[in-house]
Amino acid sequence: MSIDTEERRAGELTAREMLRWTWRQLTSMRTALVLLLLLALAAVPGSVIPQESVDSLGVTRWKEQHPKLTPIYERLDLFSVFDSAWFSAIYILLMVSLVGCFVPRILVYWRGLRAQPPAAPRHLTRLPDHATYTTDDQVAEHLEHARAVLRGRGYRLRDDPGEAVSAERGYLREAGNLVFHVSVLIVLVGFAVGGLFGYKGGVILVEGSTFSNSLTQYDDFAPGSLFRAEQMEPFSFTVDEFDVDWLESGPRAGMAQSFNAGLRYQESPDSAEKNYDLRVNHPLSIGDTEIFLIGHGYAPVVTVRDGNGDIAYSGPTVFLPQDASFLSFGVIKASSAQPEKIGLEGLFYPTYLMVDGDPVTVMGDDKNPTLSMLVYTGDLGVDSGTPQSVYILDKSNAEQVEGPDGKPFRVDIQPGQTVKLPDGLGSIEFEGVKPWTRIQVSQTPGKEVALAGVVLALIGLLGSLFIRPRRVWVKARREGEGTMVEVAALDRSGNGEMMEILEEIVAELRRTERA
Amino acid sequence: MGAEEGGGVAVATGGPEPESTHRVEFLGRLGFLLTVVAVAIHLVALVARGMAADPNRVPWGNMYEFTISGSFFVALLYVALYRKFRLGWMAPIVLAFVVASLMVAVIWLHEEVAPLTEALNSYWLVIHVVSAIIATGAFTLGGIVSAMYLVKMRKGDTTTGPLARVPSLASLDRLSYRIHAFGFPVWTFAVLITGPIWAHEAWSSYWNWDPKEVWAFITWVVYAGYLHARATAGWRGRNAALLALLGLATLWFNFIGINYFSSSSQHSYAAPAVVERIPG
Ligand code: HEM
Repeated sequence: MSIDTEERRAGELTAREMLRWTWRQLTSMRTALVLLLLLALAAVPGSVIPQESVDSLGVTRWKEQHPKLTPIYERLDLFSVFDSAWFSAIYILLMVSLVGCFVPRILVYWRGLRAQPPAAPRHLTRLPDHATYTTDDQVAEHLEHARAVLRGRGYRLRDDPGEAVSAERGYLREAGNLVFHVSVLIVLVGFAVGGLFGYKGGVILVEGSTFSNSLTQYDDFAPGSLFRAEQMEPFSFTVDEFDVDWLESGPRAGMAQSFNAGLRYQESPDSAEKNYDLRVNHPLSIGDTEIFLIGHGYAPVVTVRDGNGDIAYSGPTVFLPQDASFLSFGVIKASSAQPEKIGLEGLFYPTYLMVDGDPVTVMGDDKNPTLSMLVYTGDLGVDSGTPQSVYILDKSNAEQVEGPDGKPFRVDIQPGQTVKLPDGLGSIEFEGVKPWTRIQVSQTPGKEVALAGVVLALIGLLGSLFIRPRRVWVKARREGEGTMVEVAALDRSGNGEMMEILEEIVAELRRTERA
Repeated sequence: MGAEEGGGVAVATGGPEPESTHRVEFLGRLGFLLTVVAVAIHLVALVARGMAADPNRVPWGNMYEFTISGSFFVALLYVALYRKFRLGWMAPIVLAFVVASLMVAVIWLHEEVAPLTEALNSYWLVIHVVSAIIATGAFTLGGIVSAMYLVKMRKGDTTTGPLARVPSLASLDRLSYRIHAFGFPVWTFAVLITGPIWAHEAWSSYWNWDPKEVWAFITWVVYAGYLHARATAGWRGRNAALLALLGLATLWFNFIGINYFSSSSQHSYAAPAVVERIPG
């Protein structure tokens, strides 16, 4: 194809030729290979730069640390590589190339299915893998043997009774290859459907609280671009209790095990209540939606009384674990407190212990729960109108409360205790601790399609890799007393050790001859 | 062991004098026998490690266990394919590799037996990890063959010296292909079928592009590239061998690099905090 394009200069190509040339290039094996390698290369940044969809906290932290690079990276979509235009461009090109490559191949294969094996070349001994021997059989007799032997080995025979036998097997290899490549497309379709129509939402629920499946109830919600709210199924559930086993000994002592959230759920407002033990690796399916247990933590129950003695805040507050020890960080905002608002920020120690003068938590179980918080007052930013995270206290305009010694006042408190704040601000009462669970709810349409696609791809691949397409020819002619036989074999994939196969076949031909 | 191929070494040597052929054959067979015994002991060690945990479990919860399991499968595959592909010539390389891996595991990576974290406690994990380790073993073996291909290509076909026993370039290329052709579907099964099924049960999405998955995908694509390269004019031979080594590099990087350097990977064995992740 490149011959006639090289003879003329590029300017002399007609648009049509240009198009055809481009198409040929795009659908060539070499382009496919280059695109595959590009795809691998393009995925690399997705693993070294934090990705919005995997680790949005990491993205925020990264952006804080690299203020100069951030705009450039954002421009290049480096925080969402796998949704970026350039990544998509590579795989779309690959898919176009694949379709362009395989549509003709499928047609060729279809036509070739009923075709006969090609006739024997004139000189079998010119093929790289060949053998000759002589036999006492008559020509026709021996060729009939050869036919039987090859048929027995699964070869398809050309029906031209003559001086030669032409046989071929392994037609399914190309079928496997076609199935594999088409399945890659199927997987992509399934994956895309999930991305477009699915959704994934997370919510943190304190033990005892109820969730009903509507947009407003989620803490975070990531819909696909074609997601419609009507897809959401009208179920609801309550986390009645949450249990964890804590390992008390061994190298992983202090770690949690066997998480179990006891759910009571209704598939729709007027269906019966059922129970389900939600555990890791054991999601609950309701219709097309699945519910997963993916995290847990502690919510200290705290009551804040203001300067007037009125309750300004009361209830469990979700604290976020900082590491596997479940040392947790949280804030409490009593913004209705009078005369001054009260804000608390600090740490929760599930099993508090002083070690060398430093407070630590020795394990994640809440054996000795302790809150240690600093107090702020004044403008907590809650009235500014901009939505605020419940996990962050805006201290930019707030005032830190100091103790009589002039040092920041710290509330160190255990369940059942109450601490009075300085300056008649009010008091803090720590009533107890409740566990919370993080529940993920998701719909992933197309996942069965994707699964079927990969399974099919694997089957195709096995065929493509392990079926050896082979052609075997046998020719015989009378020479003096006996019959001179030539056998040649060709591995069309070029990957097999044909000599072995040839030896086997020859051995079998000669064995039947002797028998 | 059949006399005609028992000493794969002898088959490959070409033709020293008869007496020494006899000795080489005998030593080759003895060496192979010792290897088989070593692999059996290696297996016992793995099983014991799994039974030492309470409750009993598969021994692949951390880097130490992954390393001893991975090197076991390299050795096992070597022994299993020894006769079919006449791998005697590979013995020094494969065994040196396995011994080195075991030393690294014992000296630097050793950890006490511990129960698995919750999310790892699933039979999909067993299938997923077994197949990933088998594929890793196969790719490692295939990579060694490809590396030898490149070495032999530079040094040329010699009939003397250590390279004399190494098969011809064409056989190395085919051998490498056949080992990779075994590893690739197994890797596909591990990474694109059982992995997503497990991920879906544990974390709700079957594919998250978390760093471990990204690298598993990269490895898959590079090996697909290798298989393509063998059918693409101008890419056969040397370039295909280079791609095989690139694939192996991505595979090992995933195992070593991501476990240690990535904090966001949910697969990180170095910090097994799957369910305890801070909600984002
Ligand atoms: C999504 C991208 C692709 C992937 C993952 C992929 C993967 C593979 C794999 C693993 C094989 C090996 C099977 C074997 O050796 O028989 C293969 C073979 C093949 N691929 Fe692809 N491929 C892709 C795209 C393409 C494209 C775009 C083309 C056409 C330009 C193509 C043409 C071929 C051909 C002709 C073979 C058979 C090679 C042979 O005869 O050995 N592939 N592909």
